[in-house]
Amino acid sequence: MQGLRLSVNNLACERGERRIFEGVSFTLKPGEALVITGRNGAGKSSLLDILAGRLHPAGGAILLDDAGERTLSECLHYVGHRDALKAALTAEENLTFARDFLGNPALKPREALDAVGLAHAARLPVAYLSAGQRRRVALARLLVAHRPLWLLDEPTSALDTASQETLRLILEGHRDSGGMIAASTHSPLFLKDAKEIRIERLVPPPSAGEGGERSEPGEGASSIEHGPSPDPRSREGHPLPNSSRVFPTWTSRKSGSGTPDPDGGEGKTGEVS
Amino acid sequence: MIRSFNALLVRDLKLAARVGGSGVMGLIFFLMIVTLIPFALGPDLNLLARIGPAILWIAALLATLIGLDRLFQADQEDGSLDLLRLSHAPMEIVVLAKVIAYWLVTGLPLALAAPFLGFLVALSPEAMLAMVATLLVGTPALTFIGAVGAALTSSLRRGGLILAILVLPFMIPTLIFGVSAANAAVGGTIPFMTPFLVLMALSLIAAVVGTVGAAAALRSGE
Repeated sequence: MQGLRLSVNNLACERGERRIFEGVSFTLKPGEALVITGRNGAGKSSLLDILAGRLHPAGGAILLDDAGERTLSECLHYVGHRDALKAALTAEENLTFARDFLGNPALKPREALDAVGLAHAARLPVAYLSAGQRRRVALARLLVAHRPLWLLDEPTSALDTASQETLRLILEGHRDSGGMIAASTHSPLFLKDAKEIRIERLVPPPSAGEGGERSEPGEGASSIEHGPSPDPRSREGHPLPNSSRVFPTWTSRKSGSGTPDPDGGEGKTGEVS
Repeated sequence: MIRSFNALLVRDLKLAARVGGSGVMGLIFFLMIVTLIPFALGPDLNLLARIGPAILWIAALLATLIGLDRLFQADQEDGSLDLLRLSHAPMEIVVLAKVIAYWLVTGLPLALAAPFLGFLVALSPEAMLAMVATLLVGTPALTFIGAVGAALTSSLRRGGLILAILVLPFMIPTLIFGVSAANAAVGGTIPFMTPFLVLMALSLIAAVVGTVGAAAALRSGE
């Protein structure tokens, strides 16, 4: 587990013949955290899906050093929008299953539920829990099995402030013990020294017309900004490396997703299906 | 790997036993079809006894199909399938555990209930015994074949109908040899073992092809 290193080179993603992003590169070393930001539909969830092995990349490579015989999917936890909990089973049964199924057991289900402040709900069927509680049970799954890399898709959605702080402590604890984290988020996670990667989609030239952003695959190119968490506002007018084009205002056929602001945290998936 | 297999098997059996599980549904459906047929045909005991094995087999086939569309779809919808992909165990083990759990809650009860339902279609005692034997050996084939269809249609919203259309043709050989083995037990020119051994072979082939096929379908999913 020590020395495990994840490097992602020039990753590209296509969904439905449309290029969502390309040229995504980063490395993660033990103890590091990566925060993935970007507006709705930019491809944050797709990037995590590719890392989790759910989607195949359209280009680029994912390398895992010093993993021994383990594949990437055996080294990671994935907590996505769908919480992967069985509503008919109790919180404890769900975690017991995850612990036995994933291997490398760590905390006992009771202890993990205690860590997320849900010890009292251990015997309740998950169907009776609220959205935030379900999310916490799903996050407790991170603690029942040892996996070096945690992939989190908007982990703070539906969580109250106290739970967000608990989550932050859990994440920092994982980093301190040599773990790696890649999380997509709209709201700040307050992780210290986290790398940030911003997935940005270029808007096609105005001549393509309104809503033409879904046309040619090559047109939907993206650019990536690296750096330690800049103020989201400061990126307006930031020169993008692979384009000299001036950004027109984001226009889209879909209302609601049209704001260029990164704060569209309505818990919507960034996935385009 | 064995731990993962056991964990998944136990989870699926628990789910089937809970509210909304498919545990008894298949059995009740089986009973409904078998009781309907005598009403439709009239009280001709000889006719019923002659076509009884065929009725039971068709009913068992339909009862197997009825919950099959949820086999992988339920996991696909709530994200559990993503969790299942993260195991040390290959996808084939995952499929095998889920299919065996499914068979234990549908196929096995059908086979054990066959003697009681045999009364409704006036089967002789030997025929009832033959029905139990053929259903025990033949329903795994139906489940494994169905699993491939279930894996292929797991991401479709109304996959149930497409599933039936996809897999029914592949279930025909099992049906033919199942019914002919049950008929051979109560008389006829061919010995019981001939179709029965073919039925066994069909189940074994289906177990291999079904597991590998369903795992491949799930892997390429999305």
